[in-house]
Amino acid sequence: MNQHKHAHDDSADIAHHHSIHAELPSDPALRVKALESLLTEKGLVDPATIDAWVETYESKIGPRNGAKVVAKAWVDSDFKRRLLTDATKAIGELDMLGAQGQHMVVLENTPDIHNLVVCTLCSCYPLPVLGLPPVWYKSAPYRSRAVIDPRGVLKEFGLELPEHVKIRVWDSTAEVRYLVLPERPAGTEGMNEEQLAALVTRDSMIGVGKVSAR
Amino acid sequence: MNGVHDMGGMHGHGPIEHEKDEPVFHAPWEARMLGMRRGGTFPSGFNIDRWRHVRELIPPHLYLSRSYYDHWYMAYVATLLQSGMATREEIKSGHAASGTAKRNDAMPPDQTWKAQKTGGIFARQVETPPRFAIGQCVRARNINPSGHTRVPRYVRGKVGVVQLHHGGHILPDTNAHLQGEAPQHLYTVVFSMRELWGPEASARDEACADLWESYLEPA
Amino acid sequence: MNSIHDLGGMHGFGAIDVERNEPPFHEAWEGRAGGLLEVMTFPAGFTVDRFRYLRETLRPDLYLTQNYYEQWMYIAEQTLLESGMASREELARGEAQAPKRNDAMRADAVWGFLHDRTHSGRDLDDAPRFAIGQRVRARNMQPTGHTRLPRYARGKTGCIATRHGAHVLPDASAHGKGDTPQHLYSVRFAARELWGEHANPRDSVHLDLWESYLEPA
Repeated sequence: MNQHKHAHDDSADIAHHHSIHAELPSDPALRVKALESLLTEKGLVDPATIDAWVETYESKIGPRNGAKVVAKAWVDSDFKRRLLTDATKAIGELDMLGAQGQHMVVLENTPDIHNLVVCTLCSCYPLPVLGLPPVWYKSAPYRSRAVIDPRGVLKEFGLELPEHVKIRVWDSTAEVRYLVLPERPAGTEGMNEEQLAALVTRDSMIGVGKVSAR
Repeated sequence: MNGVHDMGGMHGHGPIEHEKDEPVFHAPWEARMLGMRRGGTFPSGFNIDRWRHVRELIPPHLYLSRSYYDHWYMAYVATLLQSGMATREEIKSGHAASGTAKRNDAMPPDQTWKAQKTGGIFARQVETPPRFAIGQCVRARNINPSGHTRVPRYVRGKVGVVQLHHGGHILPDTNAHLQGEAPQHLYTVVFSMRELWGPEASARDEACADLWESYLEPA
Repeated sequence: MNSIHDLGGMHGFGAIDVERNEPPFHEAWEGRAGGLLEVMTFPAGFTVDRFRYLRETLRPDLYLTQNYYEQWMYIAEQTLLESGMASREELARGEAQAPKRNDAMRADAVWGFLHDRTHSGRDLDDAPRFAIGQRVRARNMQPTGHTRLPRYARGKTGCIATRHGAHVLPDASAHGKGDTPQHLYSVRFAARELWGEHANPRDSVHLDLWESYLEPA
């Protein structure tokens, strides 16, 4: 495939336009305000649409969705089987598919295997079930170290796994999105689905923490 | 592209700073930037792979020092300039050049939920059968394209086992350069830590990456 | 250390910015910094390898943008602080709080110093492990400390082009472990071996690599 010449010209052109950033003020608030004004004036964005997107990610979509998936898997073994066989279909049953979460795989944590999710190349994250990713997930320390020193990373989150546990790190290099199914903690036998969902943390569904019975 | 964004295995970035009860947005401008990316108009044919590549082309020192939504700002601006949808003067002033016609085709607010629900389906039919089978040993090829790719440097030349097959997916290497979807079979390949990082790494742990067929060769 | 200094093979840095008739120092302070780092009294055991390692610990975006001699000043500060030869307060104020020493290098010693530098070459009884022309593989190692084996060569196969004799091992010298000299080799790698089938089939890259970086191929 002769993409090399095209890619080079294309990329050099884009890189050239990035040179404007040296000429703009450093404060992002000013620049973003100017950009919104400009785009609005040109009819390239409707400010009310910006509001709607912000509301979507502040209120409508978040880790509570993923927690419901996890809790249901804990109480319903058939659902769990479907979830581990075809996560896209099973999560679709709960109407929780969406952009950046249309191709799902669920990773089951067990006493012997601990799964951890990262995107070393950028910030890919299962938005419809977890909402927007935290800053640390998108930042250089996590992105660089999760694949080479997962035990060290987990330790920084206060999680020390026994030696016999195999850690498997999943680098989200494509559009497949990964959700960790954490182990159900002991002491939760009497709880219903809603109570269980309330225990499930965002961090446990990325794999940097475990769920406790609290 | 072997950019600074390709971070797997790097040292020197310091401790992971995790904030308790982190808010969704740390400042209003971050929220506005997210909304502009989701709801704003982009050049015809623009796609998520191109978006990622434009971000990868952010000057390395800015990539490393500016915050995440500032990357989005920088990428949207470069896209507007490269496509001619805005000029440098307009970006600097925050105002459209006099006499500019106002478009009327921006995403309306009531389209937001539908866009979120139905957008981002990247699976595509591929005519040829998959080349690799689950359980097969494969090697990630040592390719070093200066354009967009999603094979990280740390797996190149390394041998792993096909764990999952995802069917056909749009190929970022062509899509990012507006050269077509050219879908290929996509696989999750699992590598042992020792294969990736040498004999001093954990004997037990593993790392996986999702890799397109053209990134792989039989091992 | 896999830090940002290990730039071999990276894209995205743009054109090489060549300044015609570039002066040795762009400003007077650069010259002062350059001179300072050559002749200041360093802690016992300080080596050029530690110098390089300290630079590698710079914050990545600063490594890429900060003036070269400012980076040398960072190295000076780090070594003074970590050895206790200066305190943060002294550095912040630019004022000594400890008694003045009288053993700094004198001006008339500078020329001799620059021309009579300690060589990194050492005598070593052990025979070199590898022969000229032998195929070797650079090991896949990921030290968090100093090394001179760049990421782009790890796991790659080349052949021994030259033997340089034994030299101080930077991986040890940078961390206060002494010289531990090893045989040093110039290893030739085909460009295609390093970069894949799209590289020029005639080109090659030579790296100077210590014996412990290599294994037979």
